[in-house]
Amino acid sequence: MSDTNTMTLNLKIWRQASTKDKGQIVDYVLEGVSPDMSFLEMIDMLNEQLVAKNDDPIAFDHDCREGICGMCSLMINGQAHGPEKATTTCQLHMRSFKDGDTIAIEPWRARAFPVLKDLMVDRSAFDKIIEAGGFVNVNTGNAQDANSILIPKENADLAMDAAACIGCGACVASCKNASAMLFVSAKISQLALLPQGEVEADQRALSMVEKMDELGFGNCTNEAECEASCPKDISISNIARMNRGFLKAAVSAKTK
Amino acid sequence: MSSETKQPKKLDGKVPEGDIRTKWENYKFDMKLVNPSNKRKFKVIVVGTGLAGASASATLSELGYEVEAFCISDSPRRAHSIAAQGGINAAKNYPNDGDSVWRLFYDTVKGGDFRAREANVYRLAQVSNNIIDQCAAQGVPFAREYGGTLSNRSFGGAQVSRTFYARGQTGQQLLLGAYSALMKESSKGKVKIHTRSEMVELVMVNGKARGIITRNIVTGEFTKHSADAVLLCTGGYGNVFFLSTNAMNSNGSAAWKAYKKGAYFANPCYTQIHPTCIPVHGESQSKLTLMSESLRNDGRVWVPKKEGDKRPPHEIPDEERDYYLERVYPSFGNLAPRDVSSRQAKYRVDEGKGVGKTGVAVYLDFRDAIKRDGLEAIKDRYGNLFDMYQRITDENPYEVPMRIYPAVHYTMGGLWVDYNLMTGIPGCFALGEANFSDHGANRLGASALMQGLADGYFVIPYTLGNYFVTAKPNEEKVTTDHPEFEKALADAKGRFSKLLGIGGKRSVDSFHKALGQIMWEYVGMSRTEAGLKTAIKEIQALRKEFWKDVRVTGSDAGINVELEKANRVADFIELGELMARDALTRQESCGGHFRDEMQTPDGEALRDDEKFCHAAAWEWNGDDAEPIRNIEELSFENVHLATRSYK
Repeated sequence: MSDTNTMTLNLKIWRQASTKDKGQIVDYVLEGVSPDMSFLEMIDMLNEQLVAKNDDPIAFDHDCREGICGMCSLMINGQAHGPEKATTTCQLHMRSFKDGDTIAIEPWRARAFPVLKDLMVDRSAFDKIIEAGGFVNVNTGNAQDANSILIPKENADLAMDAAACIGCGACVASCKNASAMLFVSAKISQLALLPQGEVEADQRALSMVEKMDELGFGNCTNEAECEASCPKDISISNIARMNRGFLKAAVSAKTK
Repeated sequence: MSSETKQPKKLDGKVPEGDIRTKWENYKFDMKLVNPSNKRKFKVIVVGTGLAGASASATLSELGYEVEAFCISDSPRRAHSIAAQGGINAAKNYPNDGDSVWRLFYDTVKGGDFRAREANVYRLAQVSNNIIDQCAAQGVPFAREYGGTLSNRSFGGAQVSRTFYARGQTGQQLLLGAYSALMKESSKGKVKIHTRSEMVELVMVNGKARGIITRNIVTGEFTKHSADAVLLCTGGYGNVFFLSTNAMNSNGSAAWKAYKKGAYFANPCYTQIHPTCIPVHGESQSKLTLMSESLRNDGRVWVPKKEGDKRPPHEIPDEERDYYLERVYPSFGNLAPRDVSSRQAKYRVDEGKGVGKTGVAVYLDFRDAIKRDGLEAIKDRYGNLFDMYQRITDENPYEVPMRIYPAVHYTMGGLWVDYNLMTGIPGCFALGEANFSDHGANRLGASALMQGLADGYFVIPYTLGNYFVTAKPNEEKVTTDHPEFEKALADAKGRFSKLLGIGGKRSVDSFHKALGQIMWEYVGMSRTEAGLKTAIKEIQALRKEFWKDVRVTGSDAGINVELEKANRVADFIELGELMARDALTRQESCGGHFRDEMQTPDGEALRDDEKFCHAAAWEWNGDDAEPIRNIEELSFENVHLATRSYK
């Protein structure tokens, strides 16, 4: 590649050997960054140089690099998934930055997401929330013909909008209360909007919200940072829908 | 054992007798059942939690088996099935356009260029409709028409609309459906899920698979797990090429461990090069991104008629454009199958008609579709794909045609399995992309999701019970104290400390990239005898160098990404050699395997049914010995062998 357009960047990256380690910001200068590189390819390049020096490369979560698996994270200059709207870190490209920029790179920070190493965090709390009711209780083999459940296109589209959540945790990381409400409400909404999920909607809302509280996520104070940082444009109207469902379930619950 | 010469065998696929239409029904009745109260006495290990693994884990748990599921990611929901975009096929015939189980079966056998096992494909087509019903019941938000019914679109290799979809993220929605079923079972305490756990060894006791050794990616700790059966649902090995549409962590190591313990590896040379991917931009590139095949419903593929025409696309008038798929394949047009479309793109680039800065790309143009259906309709159908394209390339595909080029996407080859999905090792099963059985030499679009879920929801729940009753693994109690577990544990630990101890100079990634270059050059879209021989030689040299000069930083305690990668790349190197060897011995062209020496005058694949109407199932024969090429004869009693034509 010709180097006419390449950049030199000053990187300030969080390094932390393990969960117990205190951790600190370490400065790196990286030269020859092409604007066509993705943000993670830029870190790959830095890691290749660290390995060449026999240093420990920076650990970060990533997998599909297509913006769908939800594995990548990173607070980039204080913004979850960086400056571009509706874009995961893996889909962020270096053309969003300029030569000479200083970029601070930190992990998600929330009590429920402990740091494992460097930029990797433990998001298993999300699985525990889904386990509390983020499903339809239907065993394999029970299904009727798919077209016997008619669903208005508008509802199917709204359910799909909510179902697009990739479970990355940006909503939690960008919320000053470390609330998981956008994540939880997306699943509750998706299933409440569909007749298949309606049967268990009350119990689902109660159990998932209870589990979220138990795991140490904070509450929602309507500042919509979650929506602004969501790489999949999940709307906070899902939180309103969840709150309505929760309230309805709380006053009309059939359980004792 | 290694001193005696092993002879190639003829493998038996154990396909039941009878009419293909009733085989599976009759077989289900003939199979032995496990009494409901006895099911909890059997323990099943499932490795991988993608479509195949999650659906199998959930369903086996619902039936009452004790299930332990393992994945390398931080959550089962991250498996690479999540990235599938376009859709899932089923023979519902909702559009009333002439589809049927038979047609889906026929299209899939033909699409696979007559190198799949007929009976498996028929069963796949049969259960396809149950899959759609099951997923809809789980709350998968499939696309709908205004009347509330499910919507369909078309995919390559078919003349009917049988593909169900959820925008451009069908894999995500189906995987989240299977994941939710898995979490449902986990909430009842019936499935135990181990995340960030990598299988590093298969444990055999008295000739049967009885467990695995895992390495915890966070702590570096090795653990022994015993069971009555092991299911490998670990996906494909496309990352042998370094650059592919696979996720960064997708790997072939679990399957490779099974191969080294005696499972056969079938048709490793059948790799799918997907025609519509975003072209390579530079040396720092870490992976390639697919643009869904569904785009070919509305996009038209073209190159300039003139060599080296550097004008911007909108300045090239229609009469100077070559819409080559429409020209060469008038009846399928832009929806010609993947292998065929990829090869045609390569021909155009080889002729010097490629477009873009690198000249290694062709156009996929939506101008006419936007004119016909309006911008909004196109946005509704493909909005998220167009956005993704723009983010990566910084070009607006609503105004400028997309530039696309083929890239490695899927591997049809995999562990050889019989009709029961059991590998050559009793008690070790392979599901989904990890096995070889259903797609032959080329997979049709929207068939991978179908196969993963068919295997997990509707096939293994039956065939595994039959294995338990007939092979009775539970009568021989095996715990992790068995010496074979100790031995496997020591082998696994030894391998990891060996990798750490090499202390060489070259990074793991540099070896992986070097392997990828050899593979793409010689074992890519077209292959020759001389090239494949060169590839084998170069890969062998690379392997030697790897074990002498790889640098793995850090230690075996705690998170060590370099160590994880080194373990996988070591296996990829060996797997790459087997792929080249398989491609060299298969002296014919079929589907995704194209030998330059064997082609029709107009450049289509020329099969040799006399000599190669079989699956090659390779058997490991020691680290430095040539593997043995066993075969399973394939017979086509229902879809008669014919030259595949999409003209």
